[in-house]
Amino acid sequence: MRAPQPVRRVLVAAAAGVACFASAAEDIDWGPYEVDGRRSGYTYAAAETRAIQDDDFENGGLLWVEKGAELWETAHGADGASCQGCHGDAAESMRGVGARYPVYAAEREKLINLEQRINQCRTERMGAEAWRWESEPLLAMTTYLRHQSRGMAVSPVIDGPAAPFFEQGKAFYTKRRGQLDLACIHCHEMNSGNMLRAQRLSQGMSNGFPTYRLKWQGVGSLHRRIRGCNEDVRAETYAPGSDEYVNVELYLAWRARGLPVETPAVRN
Amino acid sequence: MASTRRKRLLTTLRGHAGAVAALGILVLLTAGSGRVAAADYVVRDYAIPEPLTATPGDPQRGAAIVVDRARGNCLSCHAVPVDADFFGTTGPTLAAVGARLNAAQLRLRLVDPKVINPMTMMPAYFKTEGLYRVAPEYAGKPILSAQEIEDVVAFLLTLK
Repeated sequence: MRAPQPVRRVLVAAAAGVACFASAAEDIDWGPYEVDGRRSGYTYAAAETRAIQDDDFENGGLLWVEKGAELWETAHGADGASCQGCHGDAAESMRGVGARYPVYAAEREKLINLEQRINQCRTERMGAEAWRWESEPLLAMTTYLRHQSRGMAVSPVIDGPAAPFFEQGKAFYTKRRGQLDLACIHCHEMNSGNMLRAQRLSQGMSNGFPTYRLKWQGVGSLHRRIRGCNEDVRAETYAPGSDEYVNVELYLAWRARGLPVETPAVRN
Repeated sequence: MASTRRKRLLTTLRGHAGAVAALGILVLLTAGSGRVAAADYVVRDYAIPEPLTATPGDPQRGAAIVVDRARGNCLSCHAVPVDADFFGTTGPTLAAVGARLNAAQLRLRLVDPKVINPMTMMPAYFKTEGLYRVAPEYAGKPILSAQEIEDVVAFLLTLK
């Protein structure tokens, strides 16, 4: 007996979903993109999307890297200082920085992430104004700096003075919120690999940020992405750069420990 | 188990006088928008036996709510036997759900599924209390109105 047309479509779609998941989970050796079951968003992306990331001439995020390299050499602010004037060659001085941020900053008695460290340098040492969150220069500089650690294992420090902030980040991640009453874990731990309509849910790893999103047609920050998820569950958001988002950024870095920095990754 | 639980949702009354239905089971207080702002219902044996509204659910309206991304958005998580290109896989298929569950059981699963499974990902579609940091534009409002819940129940019952 033939099932009615709509029912058959559902069955085919369900079967296809199961097949895709099975092949992704069992057959493919993801190399550095999978560490002890922790999988980069790269492994959940479509083959065409991965191909764009793999080719620096196709990867639109490299434009932000180039812009960041220009800004690195440019004098800013009242003191006429450039990043390069103090830090020299970023390929040497900044290598590894992006792999361990965010870090505990004693002078602030809380965490500081890469964007905030850049602005701290600008306002406290260069006599320049802070760049606005999600502005092109801040995105470009953050992408450029994190790019200097591309391929290195994400390796945040979560003990010592960072420990309470890590715990707050973890609490954020597991807390149901919004009208839809969902926590990060519901999609990214309990349902990674499953489909949310046409979108495959990943483990929500942060190792590719700032990321070039095809949906955005540009590079965006991790905090923009987290905020988007909060909006999707109809929750009151926090501001990018808020303590709440920086704390969860550290927890996300710990979840992604051992995975390679991919900045700038390419995702849907 | 014959657990009976009364659930009262009285968050957005703002002193608005309402109509009290017979039997004291169902109290519907409507705000200016016409949206049901508060309701009282009885959970019994993991089901809500009484309809939330006096108007019977309409399966055609229910089908429209199920596929509407701004209302039910059920296809985001469930396979549903309707004509669509993509279905989510985080929830079970709803094919033949009307043969597995009756109206009372379906009603509770829409209104507050965490009564059945506290760990579920399924949102409570008719709940305004006990939520954390709801965005201001949704605060005090259930995802679906009482009548929309009844419409969706009516549609799901057609899936046999």
